[in-house]
Amino acid sequence: MTVHKLVVVSAGLSKPSSTRLLADRLADSAVRRLALEGREVEVTVVELRDLAVEIANNFVTGFPGAALREAIEAVTAADGLIVVTPIFTASYSGLFKSFFDVLDNDALTGKPVLIAATGGTPRHSLALEHAVRPLFSYLRAVVLPTAVYAATDDWGGAGDGLTDGLPRRIDRAAGELAALLSGRGPAAPAVPSQAASQQVVPFAQQLAALKV
Amino acid sequence: MQFGIFSVGDVTTDPTTGRTPTEHERIKAMVAIARKAEEVGLDVFATGEHHNRPFVPSSPTTMLGYIAAQTERIILSTSTTLITTNDPVKIAEDFAMLQHLAEGRVDLMMGRGNTGPVYPWFGKDIRQGIPLAIENYALLHQLWREEVVDWQGRFRTPLQGFTSTPRPLDDVPPFVWHGSIRSPEIAEQAAYYGDGFFANNIFWPKEHFQKLVNLYRERYAHYGHGTPEQAMVGLGGQVFMRKNSQDAVREFRPYFDNAPVYGHGPSLEEFTEQTPLTVGSPQEVIEKTLTFRETFGDYQRQLFLMDHAGLPLKTVLEQLDLLGEEVVPVLREEFAKGRPAAVPEGPTHAALVAARDEEKVEVAAK
Repeated sequence: MTVHKLVVVSAGLSKPSSTRLLADRLADSAVRRLALEGREVEVTVVELRDLAVEIANNFVTGFPGAALREAIEAVTAADGLIVVTPIFTASYSGLFKSFFDVLDNDALTGKPVLIAATGGTPRHSLALEHAVRPLFSYLRAVVLPTAVYAATDDWGGAGDGLTDGLPRRIDRAAGELAALLSGRGPAAPAVPSQAASQQVVPFAQQLAALKV
Repeated sequence: MQFGIFSVGDVTTDPTTGRTPTEHERIKAMVAIARKAEEVGLDVFATGEHHNRPFVPSSPTTMLGYIAAQTERIILSTSTTLITTNDPVKIAEDFAMLQHLAEGRVDLMMGRGNTGPVYPWFGKDIRQGIPLAIENYALLHQLWREEVVDWQGRFRTPLQGFTSTPRPLDDVPPFVWHGSIRSPEIAEQAAYYGDGFFANNIFWPKEHFQKLVNLYRERYAHYGHGTPEQAMVGLGGQVFMRKNSQDAVREFRPYFDNAPVYGHGPSLEEFTEQTPLTVGSPQEVIEKTLTFRETFGDYQRQLFLMDHAGLPLKTVLEQLDLLGEEVVPVLREEFAKGRPAAVPEGPTHAALVAARDEEKVEVAAK
């Protein structure tokens, strides 16, 4: 049976963190829904806190250390992503952005991405729409319609007349992710990299392009 | 196999004393380093070309011409010559002139430079980096091989019946390397012409450069210049040595921690593990350098970066003594072992002249 590769990126800083908690809830819900359809999911969690120094080093040296490289490879090979950041100063955290800064520009192209965030107050929920969503749109990911924001209050509240409670929002977003993943089927297994000669434009062609 | 050093020519404050050499001191230091390289038996001295501070070597043929007059044996080269922003006509003439003055002890490495702003300083468009490298080199290649050149291209005014002067020494152009850190196009270019390919190999993990070198070797064979093993490969390396490994680490650490390119990042230990940098005893340098052959195959030229990050001249000269006395003789011996006869030696003017003459005889025989 084919296995869907789901990668969860969490930028929470404390341990345990509510960001990681939200990430796990979203992942569990997606896995459950896919299991109902008989689909198996392999979940890999990337905790950015553990990679913070390597991410900073990558900016300085231009290449990733071993653990960061592993995380980058996992994200690049994923069938779908759940990305969760705390909202700091009206936007994603610097660490969260930095991780996506060191990925290749096309690493997320076409991948379903569920965006989610945590914050101390519900007033920052639209940061998901004005900061996180454009980031992944730029990376040409397929960003799911439902973005999940969990303020401190949400963990104890039940929603109100206008908004579903957190569990239902989690379930709705995970349902969207599951639907996209099952519609796509798992990505083809990684093709061994092409012969080097196939990646290069033949020199005669490069020269010809310059002919006046 | 040739061994040598390449200098970036940076003026950097010595982090242990806070002293910054003047431009004049740094320029004279580069000359002293080149002379020392010959004295300790190295084969190559190469200088970078930069047009921005904190670097001094903006005029490589001037510097190399001066060094040529004070040396007898060492090959003078560049690392790199900017093929994008220099007029190829001027490169053709400057290096042919240098070739005559240095009795053929000259080759050069093409590169695109380390900074975007250099393009407008010389009236060029940065967005055209790769096309400039391709067109300019095509013209340079022609200027050195054809006496009278009619030429038209996209990036400079046409030439009608032009002869670049002087002609290359013995009518054999200087050997050309193409240096690249990330562009497969440049590996392809080097392969197309049957020129050398130099992988800087310093700042990044070896797997990255391995891909480029393999591509170059494969394409070199594709274009009929020989087998992949016969392609001309040069590699960079970076070392700091003391008799005792711990002394080397202790002395080099402040320079590493404050180095302009990778300082204030990973630790010295992490960086030496992930990149070709070696800080330790001459024996450790020998061992690490020998692993390059496992990664890249038998190759022709090994250049070390020795004078950077604010290391004082005195220290650099001591480093060169160690390199020349304790490291390179062993490397020559070890690299010669098991080296297939078909793998060419490093390029020299004499060898290029001989190859040209042999070709002439073959053509005459037919």
